[in-house]
Amino acid sequence: MTVVANKLECVVEIGDIPICLRTDDQRFHDLLCERYAGFLRSSQPELELDFDLISPGPGSDDDVRVSRQGAEWLLERGDFQARWDPRTGRGRVRQTPNPYALDSVLRILHSLVLSARGGFLLHAASGICEGRAYLFSGISGAGKTTMTRLAPPDVTLLTDEISYVRPSPAGYRAYGTPFSGELAKAGENTMAPVSALFFLEKGPENRVDELAPVEAVRRLMRNILFFAEDPELVEKLLATACAFVQTVPVRRLTFYPDSRVWDEIRNFEAMPTNA
Amino acid sequence: MPETYIARSSAIAARMLAGEMMVMNSMDSTFFTLNEVATAIWQAADGSTPLREIVRERICEQFDIDPEQAQSDAEQFVSELSQHGILLVSDHPLHDRQAPETR
Repeated sequence: MTVVANKLECVVEIGDIPICLRTDDQRFHDLLCERYAGFLRSSQPELELDFDLISPGPGSDDDVRVSRQGAEWLLERGDFQARWDPRTGRGRVRQTPNPYALDSVLRILHSLVLSARGGFLLHAASGICEGRAYLFSGISGAGKTTMTRLAPPDVTLLTDEISYVRPSPAGYRAYGTPFSGELAKAGENTMAPVSALFFLEKGPENRVDELAPVEAVRRLMRNILFFAEDPELVEKLLATACAFVQTVPVRRLTFYPDSRVWDEIRNFEAMPTNA
Repeated sequence: MPETYIARSSAIAARMLAGEMMVMNSMDSTFFTLNEVATAIWQAADGSTPLREIVRERICEQFDIDPEQAQSDAEQFVSELSQHGILLVSDHPLHDRQAPETR
């Protein structure tokens, strides 16, 4: 914890992007430190967010609205309003002191930052098995949480809900995130090269099927988190999705929900890819 | 018969992958895959070339399709994409807009 001119701050680093979160409210600062405990760093922040707390009011279940106002991004929901300037890397958030608003602001901010860097946040569980990351995506109920619950002890959970993917010179990497779903458990703060992305479907047996590249892009675009009705952003994400599909094997994984599905994952590398 | 002019909306993103054109509307996230003929029409939608000329010069010659059938198919395709806000349609040239580049 650091105190700067009556401000309390901490640096939360997700996906190798350190963000300084600053507030003058001790309880809110404690909430930040507790919620992102595994992701606190002392590194120099790349981005900064100042928080002003407001009283809770009606409308916190409103849809998120993200729009561009000049050079700035405006992020709004019933329980928060934030401005972020990508030129300076600084932003200001007015929000109620609840952790869901906090998570939402961070997720949107990361999705905007990643889009400019060829990465994305994906509705997917992910884990590291034998040094390689595997992503499991699909609609609600497809089996993301089930896959994480069935994971053997040697699998490191990166997330059961929101996967963090960004490119590196050696290929795509998946990072752990504190954004949890039904498991209500933060992922590990680590990363690994992405070995495959599976779109999940439950079925009577375990099998892996090819997906045509365009179908893979269609499914990927359906599950990438993005919030803005912004042509430039969509253009970038579509280019990113195409690049990802051409680099990383993307498959449909039909699975019967028992632990044998992870044998299928371990054996996956022996299979040919369509990259 | 009045001419029809078509132009690509600036609210879309488009990308060619494995020989197929993908088009996505940024306003509602609808996603389309275009076949070869539709892709040729899409790429020719510059706002100033009449649809009839696009069909004659790009479609009939390239794909060896009956002109009447090609015109009918093209009009249906244009109608569908315009309903989704992906193509702009006018009976006058759409000179003042610039179609986005398709990669």
